[in-house]
Amino acid sequence: MIEFTFWDIVRNLLLAARWTVLLSLAAFVGGGVVGMLVLFFRIAKNKWARRLASGYIALFQGTPLLMQLFLMFFGLPMLGLRIEPWTAAALGLTFFASAYLAEIWRGGVDALPRGQWDAGASLGLHYLQELRLIILPQAFSITRAPTVGFLVQLIKSTALTSIIGFEELVRTSNAINNATFEPFTVYGLVALIFFVMCFPLTQYARSLERRATSN
Amino acid sequence: MGYSLDFGWLADATGAIARGAAMTILLIAVTTLAGTFLSILGAAGRRNGPLLLKRAIGVYVEIIRNTPFLVQLFFIFFGLPSIGVRLDPLLAAILAMTLNMAAYTIEIVGAGLDAVPRGQTEAALALGLRLRQVFVKIVLPQALKVIFPALTSQIIIMMLESAVVSQIAVRELTYEADMLQARTFRAFETYFVVTMVYLVLSMGLRRLLVSGGRRALGAGVS
Repeated sequence: MIEFTFWDIVRNLLLAARWTVLLSLAAFVGGGVVGMLVLFFRIAKNKWARRLASGYIALFQGTPLLMQLFLMFFGLPMLGLRIEPWTAAALGLTFFASAYLAEIWRGGVDALPRGQWDAGASLGLHYLQELRLIILPQAFSITRAPTVGFLVQLIKSTALTSIIGFEELVRTSNAINNATFEPFTVYGLVALIFFVMCFPLTQYARSLERRATSN
Repeated sequence: MGYSLDFGWLADATGAIARGAAMTILLIAVTTLAGTFLSILGAAGRRNGPLLLKRAIGVYVEIIRNTPFLVQLFFIFFGLPSIGVRLDPLLAAILAMTLNMAAYTIEIVGAGLDAVPRGQTEAALALGLRLRQVFVKIVLPQALKVIFPALTSQIIIMMLESAVVSQIAVRELTYEADMLQARTFRAFETYFVVTMVYLVLSMGLRRLLVSGGRRALGAGVS
């Protein structure tokens, strides 16, 4: 039987927290890239492209993330892909994030006055140039607060990947708890680590929001 | 490859899926009522309570909002017994869901209370209503009307998050799915069907809340 001191628990949890951070970053970047693609469809001129993107967003926002992760984990092997918890977790969270980010950014695009598009067109820009030079920079800038807010949600969501077997903070804490029988301390510490990661971002999102409303 | 989908097990599984869905609906119904009630108290306390209470509510909201629901659930179910609070899974799930939801809805309800013009309170007081009557009959209904869409979204988010309570063996929809796939070895099909059930539940719940809200709070609720 291995004896765990309090500092052993803390050290092991902090080591596992690296995976939580890494997974959050991977999913945020991946979700940003895929989310851009979904956004292009969502604001396209073609009606069917818009409907497709709406359906995609509604699907991910209307079902539990845990189910999405299970479907990744059990579904991808059927396509002949060898899949490990890390791949399923990163892909599942990427798609989850893409739907939410696309919807947030679409809100930004919709909030811009119609005149921005018209002004771009009158300058002789074509569609993609308008998006790249005029619409998207403004849409991103007014949705910075909810985007950071979603990052907090994403960090918290990585906890669910413990259920499909990815060795992040929560899964490690379950193992430590099984060895030490100190659930109060272990889960208290896990909550504290998540809090330390999320709280500064929450405050940052809040300050962005204040700045946006005062402008 | 060579994998073919098989839904032959579904006929025998509808009972289990229906039971699980009923439990999920029960969980979200109780959580909605308790969570909304708690958040009205919390929002009122945060505005008009003594300083210490205001601080305590603020700390509670920040802690819940910055930690994962799964960890809160484990802390309540596994952690609390070591300080002598032992809850059965269903009670732990309801407590965790209610505390989680209230932390989000306190802010929503608070925003609604702030949106009711001060003159409404003054007019009601001038008519001789007592403070509690003013809050319950004048301010709160107007506030609820303003925040109803945000409240609806939060209830649906909570319903989707409730999938996690399967991890402490509450026999809701996800738990039944876990059991089914262990028996049928048809993991993908099982989770696919259950995911669709969740989708139907969340869309149905939104419809129900919007139409129910219109009836209870009057027109203008979207």
